[in-house]
Order: sequence, then structure tokens, then C-alpha cells
Amino acid sequence: MTGPETVRRKDVRATRTGRTALRVLTVAGVPALLVISWQLYSTVSENFYVPAPGRVARAFAETWFSERLLDDVLPSLARLLAGYALAAAAGVGLGVAIGLSPRLRAAAEPVLEFFRAIPPPVLVPLIMLLAGIGDGTKVLVIASGCVWPILLNTVEGVRALDEVLSDTCRMYGVRDLSRLRHLVLPGAGPQIMAGLRQALSIGIILMVISEMFASSSGLGFTIVLFQRGFQIPEMWSGILLLGLLGYVLALLLRRLERRVLSWHHGRGVGRA
Amino acid sequence: MRRGTGFRVAYGAAGLGGLLVALEAVSRLGPVDERFLPPASEILRALAAELATADLWTALGETMWGWALGLAIAFCAAVATGMVIGSVPGLRAATHSTVEFLRPIPSVALIPLATLLFGASLGSTLLLVVYASFWQVLIQVLYGVADVDAVAHDTARSYGLSAWSRIRHLVWPTALPYVMTGLRLAAAVAFILAITAELVVGSPGLGLSIQAAQSAGAVTTMYALVVLAGLVGVAVNAGVRALERRVLAWHPSVRGEAPR
Repeated sequence: MTGPETVRRKDVRATRTGRTALRVLTVAGVPALLVISWQLYSTVSENFYVPAPGRVARAFAETWFSERLLDDVLPSLARLLAGYALAAAAGVGLGVAIGLSPRLRAAAEPVLEFFRAIPPPVLVPLIMLLAGIGDGTKVLVIASGCVWPILLNTVEGVRALDEVLSDTCRMYGVRDLSRLRHLVLPGAGPQIMAGLRQALSIGIILMVISEMFASSSGLGFTIVLFQRGFQIPEMWSGILLLGLLGYVLALLLRRLERRVLSWHHGRGVGRA
Repeated sequence: MRRGTGFRVAYGAAGLGGLLVALEAVSRLGPVDERFLPPASEILRALAAELATADLWTALGETMWGWALGLAIAFCAAVATGMVIGSVPGLRAATHSTVEFLRPIPSVALIPLATLLFGASLGSTLLLVVYASFWQVLIQVLYGVADVDAVAHDTARSYGLSAWSRIRHLVWPTALPYVMTGLRLAAAVAFILAITAELVVGSPGLGLSIQAAQSAGAVTTMYALVVLAGLVGVAVNAGVRALERRVLAWHPSVRGEAPR
């Protein structure tokens, strides 16, 4: 009596394990192949610049799970976050103001386009000259590089607000702060997030470069130090750490975006 | 809200003029030391003087060569890879995790590697530029290939179009707007990384000149070169936009813009 029932249940379980196995294979298959070929290459070639993955992993654990985490990694991250937050506040604030006024926008547009087109790394020597060498300078460098994509995207988002919504708000007398809160910021939200995403990668670039220039601590400084000392596995571990940081920060931002824009996703609009 | 170009030009010119006046005033009247922030007029004069030297044009040429070559390599590699990954069933899912992991790695992380492998030469610039712009294009190509209409695809198959002509007549035109977006993003990133490589690794080019001016204490020259870098950046952006409009002249998104 129970025969077919059990069979079916077993079947379901079998396909479920099969599906999990397939998923693991699709996610981990290619990375595993890459690591294996790296291992093979490093054993065959003896290339000085390409140490075996095991050695890099050991160097990673020894180098970064030590006081370096407190002395170099965390201060770097703190500067990045400070600069990024500063840029976000300034970019969104100014962007809303400029975006809401057609005159201001027309006047600011060429200037903004010019500032955005300046490659941010050239700001490093420039701001060092103006503000000296110190934590403040690095935060300022990061902020002044990150601000342009946020600012320009906010202006663009505010400009492209739905006209019907805008008129409706005016009709119902929704003004000032509540207009800002309920119409302008949500309406420009997707664009602002796109700007924040672009700014994050610029921020990481500037974090590293500002430390490579003039610094005695920080992630960028440490990696260059390893490179100058020909500590190749340590250098690779630093590159790996930077990669991981980039990956994790991008992931966090995506989480945030999904949360802030949960009302917007699923409408199938806009991928900037 | 829609106003003529005259309005925009007038206000835009006023904005630029205002910026120049403010810079001049800040420096002449004293809030910031003139040694650290020279007046706008002197920066522009220094720029004009620099533009008359052969060294500057050589440096600019080297920067643009590294930019163009790196961008071209990355573009071709990314389009080819994207087409293959996008058209072979299963490959997209299998490579997804790898692509999503490698893509956010900041290419400046490769600076030490570039220094060791190539030193202060074109190779370093190319390594950074290619790595940074490859992902920008690849992601867009993947979006584009995924956007191919299923009915059109089946139609092409049932009419017996070969794999190559399917790519040529169906996949490529569908993906082209995405590819151009990728190229636009990549061009800007490539320029940033070209300057970065010169500034940090010391490959020859505009970035190295800026670095040299800074070490020599030639502040006005340094500002002039930074302004020049900004102008080149504007030109790069405008150039790629024009190319995009031209290549996609047939596409509704561009055709729709015309009557405005």
C-alpha cells in the first residue's frame, strides 16, 4: 500500500540532492579549476612571481590575522568610510539643490562635467599640497573623488522626476521637507544608488593610492612595502585582501540598495 | 521646463566664468596661500605655455596611446569572451561566481604586480587599463546577449541560420546598445587607470609629468596639467558619446532623441 508513496518521496529526495550537487558544481566548479591550474602551474614552472596557492594562503593568515589588522587594515577602512560618507552627504545634498533649480543646473553643468572628467588620482598630489600629509588629507582625497558621480547622478535623478507625481504633489500642497522626503529622494533613489555604486569603486582606488603616495601605514602602503622587499607571497596576499574587500563592500552596498529600493525592484525598471 | 540651447549656453558660460573668478579671488585675496593655489589666470597662462612645448605633446601622446591600446585589447577580449559565455548553454551559470568575484577587485590592487613585472613602462599601464575596462565591457555584453528575444532566436534557428550568422544578424545587433554602454563606461575608467599607472608606477605620460611637476615644486604647472587632464577627460567622454550615437543611429533610443 505504501509502496508508491515511499518511492516518490525517495525520488524527491534524490532529485533534491542532485539539484544541490549541481548548484555547488556550478558555483564552485570554475573557481576550483582555476585554483587547481594555478597549483599545477606553480609546481611546474618555478616562476618566482607566482608562488603556490598554499603559500599565499599561509602568508595571508600570517600577515593579516595579526596586529596589521588593527594597524593597517582598519584605519584604511575607517578613512574610506569617512570619505565616502562625506561625499555621499555632500553629493546628495548639493545634487538635490542643483537638480531642483533649472537655472542653477544650467549654470553648474559644464563645471560639474569638467570636475567629473578629471581622473581622481591626480587629486592626490594636489590635495597633499593644499592640506599636507595626514589622515585628514586622505579622507579629503577620497571624498573629493567620490563626490562627482554621486552629485551628477543625483542631479540627473532629481531632474527626471515623474512630472505627474510632481504636479500632483503641488496640487495637494505637499511642500518643502515632506516633498523632499516623499517625492524627491525616493524618486531619485535608483539614480542616487547608481552614483553610490560608481563612487565606491573610485573610493577604493583612492584609498589605496593615497596610501601608496605618502604614508607609513595602511593597506596600500603595506602592499607596496612587500613588493619593494620582494616578499612575493605576502604581496599576493595583500592583492587578495584588497580583492576581498572590494567584493565584500560591493556586496554590502547591493544589500543596502535592495533594502532601500525594495519598492522599486520588481518593476523591471532601470539598470544603470 | 524645456528651454533653448541659448539659455543653457548662457548659464553654462556664467557658471564657468564664476568658477574662474572665484578661483582668482580666493587666491589673490588671500584665504588660501597663492603658493598652493595659484590664481586661475596664471594656471591658464601656464597651460598655454605648456601646450607650446614638445614634451607635453609627447607625454599626452603616450597617455592616449596606452589608453587606446588598453581599451582596444580589453574591448575585443571582453566582446569575444562575452559572446562565447553568453551563447554556450550552461557556461553563463558556471562562470557567474567567478565573474562576480573578479569584477569588483580594484585594479589598483594590481599596481605592485605591474611594478614587478613591467616596471615603469607601457606594460604596467596596459595591465591596469585592460583589467579595469575588461569587466565593464564583459558585464554589458552578457546583459546584451541575455536580452536576445527568444522568438527571434527560435525563428532564426528554424530558418536554418548558421551559428555565425545568428551571431552576426541577431545577437550582435541586440547586444550592441549594451556593448556601447560598456565601451562608454570602460573608456572613462581606462583613462583614470592610465593616468594612475603613470602617477604611481611612473610609466611615461601625463601622470608622470604631473608627478614630476609636484616633486619639482612647480605648482602652477601642476595645476595646469591637472586642468589639461580634465579637458582630455571631457574630450574622451564626448568622443565616446558621439561614437555611440553614430553606431546606434538606427536604434530607437537614439532615434527618439532627435526631435527634441
